[in-house]
Amino acid sequence: MKWEFRDDRPIYSQLVEQIQRRIVSGSFPAGSKLPSVRDLASEASVNPNTMQKAFAELERIGLVYSQRTSGRFITEDQTKIETIKDELASEKIGEFFTQMKELGFSQQDTIRLISKTSKEE
Amino acid sequence: MDHILECRGVSKNYLAQIPALNFTNLTVNRGRIVGLLGPNGSGKTTLIKMASGILTPTSGSILINGVPVGPDTKNMVSYLPERTYLNDWMKVRDIIQFFTDFYQNFNPEKAYDMLGRLNINPDDRLKTMSKGTKEKVQLILVMSREADLYLLDEPIGGVDPAARDYILDTIISNYSENSTVMISTHLIYDIEKVLDDVIFINQGNLVLASSVDDIREKQGKSIDAYFREVFRC
Repeated sequence: MKWEFRDDRPIYSQLVEQIQRRIVSGSFPAGSKLPSVRDLASEASVNPNTMQKAFAELERIGLVYSQRTSGRFITEDQTKIETIKDELASEKIGEFFTQMKELGFSQQDTIRLISKTSKEE
Repeated sequence: MDHILECRGVSKNYLAQIPALNFTNLTVNRGRIVGLLGPNGSGKTTLIKMASGILTPTSGSILINGVPVGPDTKNMVSYLPERTYLNDWMKVRDIIQFFTDFYQNFNPEKAYDMLGRLNINPDDRLKTMSKGTKEKVQLILVMSREADLYLLDEPIGGVDPAARDYILDTIISNYSENSTVMISTHLIYDIEKVLDDVIFINQGNLVLASSVDDIREKQGKSIDAYFREVFRC
């Protein structure tokens, strides 16, 4: 997964989202250790303070916890991860429906098109 | 003492009538990467030169770590000038020796490590190098000092985009929480991801000082886009 940033929003909130995506997709597995702020900041080419802020937010929502001496870990709470996964999914679907609406498709039309397209594949 | 840099009623006149810089007040905090942004001739270099003690303000004062700029602040500030001042007949290895002799807080291991990662041969002479490579060498020298305040005047102007990324990476991985890096540049888009704060100046006056995320949040646009809006010609 590449780190990509849009221009119209704060970078830290985009970092939060992208780390969430890595957690729910399993590329950062539950219970595993997170890379250090500095390493991850360097990988994403962002300021370490910004990454720190993103980590703090992830801790606040309970996806990540820190252990005083050994670093930060992803939560082992699968239900928590599933909840976030569902939230991300409904966000994406919402965005998609909005885009389809802009093209002039109602929700029903969109759903019909989706099942048609997925059969063809 | 959170302020690493403080300007108190600073002004600088090159020609008597028009001040090149006229700051009532500016403070920069520790542990930040700060972009000093403004159109050509807005006073970026003047500010940096005064903070590093190369120019003296016409009035007012600049403090580094609470100490007025002077001999005592030389060791706190590591300055990358816009133009090179190094002797180009020298080998990189000799320049490193020169810096080791000259600056108490220069760390030669760090310099050699960065040179290695950029595949720059320490036995090459500066004059045989391309403009971009020379810039990289200079930046390496400046970032290898353990200073409190790094003042980088246009550090990425002459290098290709890949090297630009490397340079930014060098900056973010080499500064410590206790130091501050101030970067002046026109290439805002390339550096805004690594900045904590930005300072906009125009015609010697402070236009705005804010955190990057604040601007993105409130304006809903990148610093680059916001800059174009504020300084539209």
